[in-house]
Amino acid sequence: MQLLFTLCGLAAVWFVLLITVYLILSGIPAIRKIGPADFLFGKTWAAGRDQYGILPLILTSVYGTAGAIVIGVPVGFFTAVFLAKAAPKKAAAILRPAVSLLAGIPSVVYGLVGMCVLVPALRSLLGLPAGDSLLAAILVLAVMILPSIISLSETALEAVPKEYEEASLALGATELETYFRVSAPAARSGIAAAVVLGIGRAVGEAMAIMMVAGNVANMPALTRSVRFLTTGISIELNYSQDGSLQRQALFSIGLVLFLFIMLINALLNLVLKREKED
Amino acid sequence: MKKAVSFALGAVLAVSMLAGCSGDQKGGTVNTDGSTSMADVMGALTEAFKAKDPDITVNYSGTGSGSGISGVLDGTCDIGLSSRELTQEETEKGAVAHVVALDGVAVVVNPQNAVADLTTEQIADIFTGKIANWSELGGEDAPIAVYGREDGSGTRSAFEEIVGVEDACAYTNEYGSTGDVIGNVASNENAIGYASLSAVDSSVAAVKVNGVAPSEDTVKDGSYTIQRPFVMVTKKDVKLSAAAQAFLDFAVSEEAAEYIAAAGAVYPN
Repeated sequence: MQLLFTLCGLAAVWFVLLITVYLILSGIPAIRKIGPADFLFGKTWAAGRDQYGILPLILTSVYGTAGAIVIGVPVGFFTAVFLAKAAPKKAAAILRPAVSLLAGIPSVVYGLVGMCVLVPALRSLLGLPAGDSLLAAILVLAVMILPSIISLSETALEAVPKEYEEASLALGATELETYFRVSAPAARSGIAAAVVLGIGRAVGEAMAIMMVAGNVANMPALTRSVRFLTTGISIELNYSQDGSLQRQALFSIGLVLFLFIMLINALLNLVLKREKED
Repeated sequence: MKKAVSFALGAVLAVSMLAGCSGDQKGGTVNTDGSTSMADVMGALTEAFKAKDPDITVNYSGTGSGSGISGVLDGTCDIGLSSRELTQEETEKGAVAHVVALDGVAVVVNPQNAVADLTTEQIADIFTGKIANWSELGGEDAPIAVYGREDGSGTRSAFEEIVGVEDACAYTNEYGSTGDVIGNVASNENAIGYASLSAVDSSVAAVKVNGVAPSEDTVKDGSYTIQRPFVMVTKKDVKLSAAAQAFLDFAVSEEAAEYIAAAGAVYPN
């Protein structure tokens, strides 16, 4: 029995190692051929002209994620405060299942709704030729990261000792003051973990944003069509030839994306460790 | 015992090697090399030919029309594949063209769009961004959304090459498949896009180009101009191997018509 458990545990480790080694081996050759500086800081991605600069893709992923966080975190945080502290029992009974349902919706469905509702709406509202844009992707991502932000923040807020809040209320603070001046600061590392997890989800998302972002490798601008690191791989993989520099460069994008995710994971571990020490 | 087995194995190997050497036996390998846009057509032809003659292996490597033609001229492959007509220079060097299929690319707009007829110049101006509003073309006052395929797509390279806008297109959006282009043109009144002729359905409207509506017939007679030939190239005075000749004969025969149509191209004869 012991052996079985050990083997299962090892399988996970083995897959991580396999993926890491494979990504590094297949991602390095193109970076060496193109040159690390030209690859990372080149402003033009045009496989037809043998130009493989992924700066537009990197910036789009960074801006897109930042935008999703700017919109998603306040909304998610306020929802969490409402759920943990202020919500009447009936409201919470509706809201909580709704949030977990939101987490369970497949990303392709988010993309579909974005494509059929959000994109045409943006087009007519802003008078654009087409609604597919960074803005559309940010809005979709903001909704997609809500569940993880809400549920993690709520857990953190509920873990704040009752005495803190009672003391604050006894000293004459209003309920709102108590939640934002006492409860939230006490739960800050849990909330920070929620934000980092949201970043991770947003950076790694591909399917939903491929359907609403337009996928042209432009330098990011809110109302223009953009290409993320993730969608850069998925859109060109089908027709790139095996062994060509284009295919290799796609693996290199994968490597860059992998490093991003590793960085975010390291950040998350740091935050969680701090929380434990607190 | 061991010795006997290894002797027997060796004998079998030697005989099979001899069999492999004798040239005019059935079977063999055909190496084809060239146009990436022909991948679909080559896939269909290879598969059908394999069912017909399982002993012959047809290899395909997609390196581009130019290198396919120079490959056959240098003798590094049996048949070169080109998705454009041969240049005069290539013909002078001894390249011979055998057209196996025609590839038509339709320019599609939303059915709501009043613009139904465009010239090649207008199409080029739209795709490079010089014309940015439908009112300049007699349509409504609305910005034009230019939809295309991702880099590496055969349809994209065909369209850009024929219209003369290679790597000069200012796309609003890029999509990963023909179906995506058609679906998104169907849902956006401002959109224009292109798709392989065989994939166009009633959800979008294919515009006339220089007054000619795209159809199998207008592609065949050459009056619809956004089309290109799929050519198998051989070298003059160089005799093909029996296997290569058999494959070429099959590719231009009427038998191949249905497979070429299934791969989305038009049978030329």
